[in-house]
Amino acid sequence: MNRSEIQSLIEEKFPNSLIVNENLQGNQIEIDGQFWKDIATFLKNDPKLLFDQLECITGIDTGDDGPLQSRYNLHSMELRHKIEVIISLDRDNPSVESIEQIWRIGDWFERETYDMFGIVYEGHRDLRRILCPDDWEGWPLRKDYELQETYHGIMVPKVKEEEGWE
Amino acid sequence: MGVLENKFNDNIVVGSLDKFLSWSRSTSPWFFQFGLACCAIEMMATAAARHDLERIGMMPRSSPRQADVMIVAGTVTMKMALRVKKLYEQMANPKYVISMGSCATSGGPYWQHGYHVLKGVDLVVPVDVYVPGCPPRPEALIEGLLKLQQLISDERPLTRKLA
Repeated sequence: MNRSEIQSLIEEKFPNSLIVNENLQGNQIEIDGQFWKDIATFLKNDPKLLFDQLECITGIDTGDDGPLQSRYNLHSMELRHKIEVIISLDRDNPSVESIEQIWRIGDWFERETYDMFGIVYEGHRDLRRILCPDDWEGWPLRKDYELQETYHGIMVPKVKEEEGWE
Repeated sequence: MGVLENKFNDNIVVGSLDKFLSWSRSTSPWFFQFGLACCAIEMMATAAARHDLERIGMMPRSSPRQADVMIVAGTVTMKMALRVKKLYEQMANPKYVISMGSCATSGGPYWQHGYHVLKGVDLVVPVDVYVPGCPPRPEALIEGLLKLQQLISDERPLTRKLA
């Protein structure tokens, strides 16, 4: 099943949930975040779609004042088709519904994206940082990330020449 | 040993207790078995059959309480830095630290843009020997360990140092 067929299935079930975007390539579709959990359940369970595998969740910072994006790569083992779902999020308050209880692997994927981009997955049962320390400040993969100067008294960016380090 | 020489039976050796202590320490520095990144693979190779660290008296111990030497083998992240410090504090005196590889020494390839990497383990624990390389070959680590043994055997633990 190709992208336009999947799009029309979603459009039929959830009117006005798709966002028209000329820049989409390949098998990407962009949707409105407020429908996401219902659409995800639909994508997983509909007998024509059967996306039983969540391959990856990626966060993307589009830079400047552009939105953050949460992207989901879905694959169907059964029907052998793929789709990439894109959800654009507000930069100041990025939050989207969690699909951790639909695809269980989403648990760690969402924690990682939260760790790196600060995207809050509403309804996630254990949303903590996964790679950085729990008390780390800031979201490292955002383009406007500013590194903290010390961490528990340890200097983080060691600038040997300028700051008087020997 | 001047006047004391040949005064005893054949099976008695006379020497300085100071030298004896540092000699015995230097010939059995047991190292703490933990690795952080790819350097740990080289450390394992060093301890394994081909390079066989036990021939110079070193053997891996799994507890900081039993170890004399900590080989910091690999990239120290900020998260790990606190734990490395804690492990160092758990070791009993006398204790020594070897910084193995360029990551542990200076941050290595993460020097400029690695927000998560400690720029040198000497920021949290005192280091005795630095072994360069990325990662160092077992021969290089062995040279570092022999340098450390030299360092230990030059110590005089019972001699009070006059300023």
